[in-house]
Amino acid sequence: MPAQAPGSAAEPDGLEDRLQRFATIWSRAVFPVTATSLTRPEIERHLLPLARDLSDALHGRPFDPAPAHRVGAALVAAHCTDPDALSRSLGVVDSYLVLYCGGDGEPEELRARCARLQHALAAGFAQALRERTLVEQEAIARSALVARTFAEQALHATEARFRAVFEGAALGIGIADLDGNVLEVNGALTRMFGGLEHHVRGRKVSEWVHPEDAPHVWKLYGELVRGERDDFRVEKAFYRGDGTVLWTNLTVSLLRDADGVPQYQLALMEDTTERRLLNLRLRYEATHDALTGLPNRTLFFERLDKVLSSGDGTRFGLCYLDLDGFKAINDSLGHAAGDRLLVEVADRLQSVATRPGEMVARLGGDEFVALTTGTDTEQQADELAHRILGALATPVRLDGRELTVRGSVGIVEGPAGERGPAEVLRSADITMYRAKAAGGNRFERADPEADARAITRHGLTTALPAALDRGEFFIEYQPLVHLGDGSVHGAEALVRWCHPQHGVLGPDRFIPLAEHTGLIVPLGRWVLQEAVRQARFWNRSHADGGPLRINVNLSPTQLHHPNLVADTVDVLERSGLDPGALCLEVTESALIGADEDLLKPLRQLADMGVDIALDDFGTGYSNLANLRRLPVSVLKLDRSFTQSMQQHPIDPVDLKIVEGIVSLAHSLELAVTVEGVETGAQAEQLRELGCDTAQGWYYARPGAPDRIHSLVLADAV
Amino acid sequence: MERPAWAPPGIDISVPSVSRIYDYYLGGSHNFEVDREAARKAMEFVPGLPKVMQANRAFMRRAVRYAVDEGITQFLDIGSGIPTFGNVHEVAQSADPAARVLYVDHDPVAVAHSRAVLEGNENAGVVAADLRKPQDILDSPEAGRLLDPDRPVALLLVSVLHFVEDADEPHRAVAELRDALAPGSLLIISHAAYEGMPLPQERVGGAVGVYRDIRNPLVMRTRAEIARFFDGFALVDPGLVKMPEWRPENPVDQEDPYAFSGFAGVGRKA
Repeated sequence: MPAQAPGSAAEPDGLEDRLQRFATIWSRAVFPVTATSLTRPEIERHLLPLARDLSDALHGRPFDPAPAHRVGAALVAAHCTDPDALSRSLGVVDSYLVLYCGGDGEPEELRARCARLQHALAAGFAQALRERTLVEQEAIARSALVARTFAEQALHATEARFRAVFEGAALGIGIADLDGNVLEVNGALTRMFGGLEHHVRGRKVSEWVHPEDAPHVWKLYGELVRGERDDFRVEKAFYRGDGTVLWTNLTVSLLRDADGVPQYQLALMEDTTERRLLNLRLRYEATHDALTGLPNRTLFFERLDKVLSSGDGTRFGLCYLDLDGFKAINDSLGHAAGDRLLVEVADRLQSVATRPGEMVARLGGDEFVALTTGTDTEQQADELAHRILGALATPVRLDGRELTVRGSVGIVEGPAGERGPAEVLRSADITMYRAKAAGGNRFERADPEADARAITRHGLTTALPAALDRGEFFIEYQPLVHLGDGSVHGAEALVRWCHPQHGVLGPDRFIPLAEHTGLIVPLGRWVLQEAVRQARFWNRSHADGGPLRINVNLSPTQLHHPNLVADTVDVLERSGLDPGALCLEVTESALIGADEDLLKPLRQLADMGVDIALDDFGTGYSNLANLRRLPVSVLKLDRSFTQSMQQHPIDPVDLKIVEGIVSLAHSLELAVTVEGVETGAQAEQLRELGCDTAQGWYYARPGAPDRIHSLVLADAV
Repeated sequence: MERPAWAPPGIDISVPSVSRIYDYYLGGSHNFEVDREAARKAMEFVPGLPKVMQANRAFMRRAVRYAVDEGITQFLDIGSGIPTFGNVHEVAQSADPAARVLYVDHDPVAVAHSRAVLEGNENAGVVAADLRKPQDILDSPEAGRLLDPDRPVALLLVSVLHFVEDADEPHRAVAELRDALAPGSLLIISHAAYEGMPLPQERVGGAVGVYRDIRNPLVMRTRAEIARFFDGFALVDPGLVKMPEWRPENPVDQEDPYAFSGFAGVGRKA
């Protein structure tokens, strides 16, 4: 039975009070060596029941040390796990248990019991600590294992994802060691190589040398596997298992370990075979003529440019072929037949231009070129031209007909490095036209002089529009003199071109070109504006000397232009010039066979008071009767009449003709103007014949507007 | 090759872990020889490290009780480590069984152990995440389950900020967390410092070197630097003080001299 503790709990210095003091001492002893976050009084409250258990055990009948065992375990449970906590607890029990709780028991026995309780407490502490340690070790080990498993699962998921990327990638991916042994390849790469894995895996990278490898490919590879570079990107060809070629964009990267030591090489491949074929085809299509399969203009120019820009004494010979009368064949037999003819011609040309350095191309339409290069191209080009004409000599069978095909060839030959492709081709074109003009079915060699003429004409034509914009045109004025009194009656405006290279050009050099290109319309309008403005200026300055007239030439194209009347009215209104002071000169030839539609604008202008002069009269085969219905008020006799009057003695027939014309004109109420008067005798003669006005060097050459100014002043004096 | 962001870090128990070292200081056996070896090395320089940790645990316990007294029922403990005894959920739930606690640690072993300890506790959970990426914590499903963002939370950054180097912008991380907290939330911080250590700075520096060697650098900060973590919070009495001085329950003069190392404080978000 349990021992009856002496004294009552409530009593001071009773058992309860002594137990409390024992717990206080105990807590003070162990608190400094605990790791608990409890306060010391909390520890003390925790120790009080343990103290009571020890006290009860001290007096137990029969004696049982087991409670002390549990006290030891309870210390561990309270996180007093430090060995010092045990030794301090044993010290407190040894010194104070018997003293505070011994009561009146047998001291010998109490000491013995106390010692045995200490042994049990120590054993209980040790056992609990051992168990707790094992439990915690097991717990942390399990946690580490769980964490590792989790991490491995995550890693596995990662790897699975990588594997999915690797396998599912459209890019070919391969991994090899640094000796070039292929360790792993993905499906895409295997498929690129033809679908059989053993064609790729287990092979060595160095087996993949291909004749088309760029020289730097294997140099870059060497640098990579030696760790000198981290990646490179090249275009590379491979042989597939079946011997066909795989083209790839290849990126190779070096894989290093965590310490930066090179471990593997990773290859990423993009199959570019199809794209490459497509590019080749596109390139072929872009550089070849779809109809004949010959190289086209683009490719030819590339070649020509290459040849012409090479130095080292290279020469070239170029034959420019244009079929004679091809248009007629096209028109009569149809385009399909024309096309078949071109194909046949192309085939024949191809078959005769087979020597090294020779090339045939179709520039378009029925124009072909053959190019030869080498050192003796003078002879080669002639031979090539002979072969070309020879190839055409046999008639072409087309739809059961025998068609005779002829061609004209222009040859240009010379050293590279002097001229550009465009210049060479232009020369060849001009020369070909010479061959054609000479009757065709022949070749001509380029001639610098003939070229120069054509080139100037060509150059002027192309320079015309810009010349108008740049203000390169100007106007000279030639006085019109009254034959009766010799007074200045007006002036003819004559346009000039101040060309930056060729100097001042007369209208005969460029008006036909302007007429041809249509530029005559803006140019003519500009001349009209300028001349009218100038006339208005004169008339303001010399109002007392009577109005000066201004003569402006109209070209056939201008005559047909729908805005002729409107433009002229506009110009007159803007300047304020009296319409009666303007005379438009129209050539006789422009009015031959003119119908009423063409005459209508002229009639409108005449109705406004504008004079219309018939220029170069007497050069055409004019229907004199026609003169009546033309809205003309002036006849300008062609200079051929005045020229005939320079002869001595003057042919009386000529005189009669002029006299007749003047008389006819006057009877139709037309004034007569003569051009090209060079001598006083001529002037006198023409005056006697009844001509009204004259112009020519005898009076003044065409000149700047202020020349007229001074002539008029001289008149007035 | 660099590890992709979504792959978890590996487990290498041959490398010491600060949470297991902490457990060793507190007399626990949730540690391995590598951890104990590092802890013993550090204790060669600073023998009183266990007392620092004990004071830190005691501060945390008082601060959690304070938070419960202030009516807070949600706790977010970042850098919670290995739960041994006297953990936040034990302290909080003994005061209020409905209190919710979310532990966060970036040590996978600590997280696994926490998960085992918390098994069956509906009101507590753990997230493997890093203080340096607050959004990961805030966006985690566990946070969604346990924390009501409209109500105040006690955010515990106990003995963790001194493991975040300045380059990782710990102040920005704390500000980011602060911005996610409802008004009235509490920020509970304890932080290591040279100040208050009953040893010359060179000796303490030896222990700091041990942490540097195990690649978990210990960043000692000044009181002013630590006070900046409370930007946007009003410090509650007695302010940012030595750990035993924060609302003490024991007579301060009986505390171990090592307990006065570092600073602790609690702030309230306005």
